[in-house]
Amino acid sequence: MKATLRNRSTMHRPNYLAVFWMFARNSLIRDMTFRANYIIEVVFGLSWALMNLGFYTLIYRLMYADGDGHANIAGWSQYEFFVFIATTILVNSFVEGFFMANAEELSELTRTGGLDFALLKPIDTQFLVSLQRINWSAIPKLLLALALLAYSIPRIEGLTLHPIQFLLYPLYVIMGTLILYSVMIGLAATSIWLGRNQSLYDFWFYITNFSRYPMEIYEGSFGSPLRFVFTYLIPILVVINVPAATLAKPLSATNWPLAGFAVIATIGSLAISRWIFQRALASYRSASS
Amino acid sequence: MLARAQIWWTIFTMCVAERLAYRGDFVLGTTMRFLPMITQIFLWTAVFASSGNGTMVGFTRNDIVAYYLLTMVARAFSSMPGLASGIAGQIRNGEIKKFLIQPIDLIGFSLLARMGHKLVYYGVAIGPFAFVFWLCRDYFPGWPPGEYMAAFLLSLVLSFLLGFFLEASLGLAGFWTLEISSLLFVYMLFNFFFSGHMFPLEILPEPWRTWVGWMPLKYLAYFPAAVFLQKIPADQLWQEMVLMAAWTLFFVFLSRRLMHAGFRRYSGYGG
Repeated sequence: MKATLRNRSTMHRPNYLAVFWMFARNSLIRDMTFRANYIIEVVFGLSWALMNLGFYTLIYRLMYADGDGHANIAGWSQYEFFVFIATTILVNSFVEGFFMANAEELSELTRTGGLDFALLKPIDTQFLVSLQRINWSAIPKLLLALALLAYSIPRIEGLTLHPIQFLLYPLYVIMGTLILYSVMIGLAATSIWLGRNQSLYDFWFYITNFSRYPMEIYEGSFGSPLRFVFTYLIPILVVINVPAATLAKPLSATNWPLAGFAVIATIGSLAISRWIFQRALASYRSASS
Repeated sequence: MLARAQIWWTIFTMCVAERLAYRGDFVLGTTMRFLPMITQIFLWTAVFASSGNGTMVGFTRNDIVAYYLLTMVARAFSSMPGLASGIAGQIRNGEIKKFLIQPIDLIGFSLLARMGHKLVYYGVAIGPFAFVFWLCRDYFPGWPPGEYMAAFLLSLVLSFLLGFFLEASLGLAGFWTLEISSLLFVYMLFNFFFSGHMFPLEILPEPWRTWVGWMPLKYLAYFPAAVFLQKIPADQLWQEMVLMAAWTLFFVFLSRRLMHAGFRRYSGYGG
């Protein structure tokens, strides 16, 4: 009896990688079915990113125009800041590519009771609801970010990169993505409690808005506490700042504490969001049907 | 005549009641909308810290912050969320038929509905707005002189009308293409960049600056704010106001023409 039970449980244990592959494949088929829509989404994403870049190009132009020959935003020169923007685009393309559509779907699943079906499937529910729809229209944005990196890095004055920086950068980009994912799934899980959470996307936008700027700009009697909260309590300032500084600034011992903290922040956010998600699931009362 | 006024009044009160139903969500949403302002203040403080003389294209840091706050007021009047897509949606799913068989004018009805929504919006939003403006009062150079104040208030009303008829025209394009989402996307992109929502238009280099100066988009966000901050020279103030009114009239006529032309080519099937 015991043996059969164990047998059954191993039989039903899904191969997560294969399932993920299936999700990715199905999403690609879906994206390619509605090709015009796909192209619009791509153009939309790219124009938005380019526009943001255009805005900062204008600002740096103005700062150069005042004649004192130097231009920087809180210590970030123009091409360093372009690396920062490229990192923002990169992390966002990962978040949008993997998680965004799914988190939005979660509140819909809760409202309609569709979450019942996700719960019935013999696979981790968080895995299922977080990854079932891969958004392939994020790929061109990813390429844009890489192109921007390739353009900006050689133009940063006096920067010689150590090979280890190329190793650390992708690692920190992934960590940043995971932190944002944690915030997102944590927010989405609240929709299970509240029944419906329409302003989820708004709230997400306003919170992550803080992460899109160099953390050095938050200073003064109001800025410093803000920086502290968004670095250590809700670590969204770590998301872009740490990877961007890893690549755009010379390696320096003063950066290590924050870089070390980023690792802890990633693990911590994942653990907390997992806990929130499971608590929310436990209080899920199916809707209708 | 009186009966007609009564119909309009009924429509209007109906829309007000509809909007009031979700007022709690509303206050929260409006207050949250000011959050990005915080990062803007920090960003521009950092930008001006790098600049030698503390002004850029005639703006000080405080001017810029005041500018962003004022564009939020302007956009509270001029932005029409869901208007164009709503009209296009009605055309696509056939709901538009009700305006063909009932003695109600499509544009007139939408305008009243918007006015109802906006009035309720101001009634609720005035709290958060007043609070944030009071918090940020030191960024403002003070009240403008009477002439500018009058022009500012008038420009807000006009920006509401301009925004309404411009977006209604876009929505009515749905008679020809059915799916206007890509058109709206282009509009949104241009609007964001060239209405002054993202930055004061003075920042744009030539020839863009001149080009954008002639487009109607700048009246939706940039112009009212620039009037309040007296960035428009006194001799151009009323000239600009006339231009704004002309653009508004242009879109009033355009939307009417589009509606009638659209009704003529529209064919509805089924129930």
